Amino acid sequence: MVENIVNCEQVWREISNYVDGDVPAPRRGEMDVHFKTCRRCASVLAGTRNVVRLYGDERILEIPAGFSSRLERRLTSNEAAGGERWSSWSAWLAPVAAIALIVGTVGMMNSLTFRNYIRSQHAEPGKNIPPDLVVVVSEGSKLFHVPGCRFIHDPASERAMTAKQAAQQGYVPCTRCLRQYLKTGLTDRHGPEVADGDGDENKETPEQVLSVSGD
Amino acid sequence: MSEPSVVLNNSEPTGTREQELIQSVQRGQSELFYELVRPYERRVFAAALAILRNEHDAEDAAQEAMLKGFAKIRQFRAEARFSTWLIQITVNEALMRRRRERTVPMQGLDDGHDEENEYAPRDFADWREIPSEALERKQVRQRLAEALGRLDRKYREVFMLRDMEHLNIQETAEALGITVASVKTRLLRARLRLRDLLAAGWEQGWFSRLPFEKGTKPW
Repeated sequence: MVENIVNCEQVWREISNYVDGDVPAPRRGEMDVHFKTCRRCASVLAGTRNVVRLYGDERILEIPAGFSSRLERRLTSNEAAGGERWSSWSAWLAPVAAIALIVGTVGMMNSLTFRNYIRSQHAEPGKNIPPDLVVVVSEGSKLFHVPGCRFIHDPASERAMTAKQAAQQGYVPCTRCLRQYLKTGLTDRHGPEVADGDGDENKETPEQVLSVSGD
Repeated sequence: MSEPSVVLNNSEPTGTREQELIQSVQRGQSELFYELVRPYERRVFAAALAILRNEHDAEDAAQEAMLKGFAKIRQFRAEARFSTWLIQITVNEALMRRRRERTVPMQGLDDGHDEENEYAPRDFADWREIPSEALERKQVRQRLAEALGRLDRKYREVFMLRDMEHLNIQETAEALGITVASVKTRLLRARLRLRDLLAAGWEQGWFSRLPFEKGTKPW
């Protein structure tokens, strides 16, 4: 019988390596013996294994709704722009300059809309969000949420405004609490559309300009 | 060190198919790139989330990392696994964003603790193995996510890359720019801390009504 010469503290120190099979054979044998005789350490080992197994399961983490379609859309648009050739800085210069020229021109044509940037590069398109819907935004976040949404980043800094104001300031709808307003079409690349409460149907929204700029 | 079993997405391409896709994209069939990376989108998102924590920022970073992977695909050599290479790009992108934006992440309970300090487990209940079927329950997934969110950033990053992304110790160290010894220390702390947090949750019935329950605790 192997003598039980490791104490609990030594076992705890090595238990993560033990679970990974990263403990030299002699010490592993000592730990095996210890686990048979020490109920506390057996408990720690079992719990640690549960942690590793459960968190290692891919079901633990869900990707946001629409993630795949947004990714495919962005890759497709990049591909359409000849993205595979953009592997050096020199190759980037021409398209970047062209985009800058287009954006600059749009900005000169409509300085109001140019000021209203969008905070996300991949806004999930929203549709018919009530302009007077009270939403909240917070520091460090690019999203606007329904009050009380549990995905609000830094709730301590949240401030309320209307959905229209949030969109004008470049915030985009939360993909969780405002899911009902999200579009799923792959061809529509507009930013969030807040229903225009001013009755100005033909007025170009800041978000539409953003979609023109290539997002 | 033995490698833990890797949980693969069912749609993950076989090695041969993946190699074919890589070579095709490298030769210019860029339309195949999405097919190449689609099996890894969840892992790429998770890697970004490990660093940035905010889902929205993580998605931005994941998309940008995919684009960078696309731009650099001709530099990829088969010495590394494609998934590891892609995750490495993602981690770099996320770290760069965090430095650039100087965001102040929510701090976990372990803030201020020196990782060299000893950490002793707190709960020594009887245990049972928790079957993975428990993850079918949304409440269980939420509680696991909440516990993860309570870890200090440096422990969470290591834990997510190692135990959720299944990078090995060396790869985790390289991805985060820390030593192998630091990875091991932080991983130990993260696992024991999570175990303690989840043991507390057991008292609140998070894992109740599971088929394995026989009046004993799983942690």
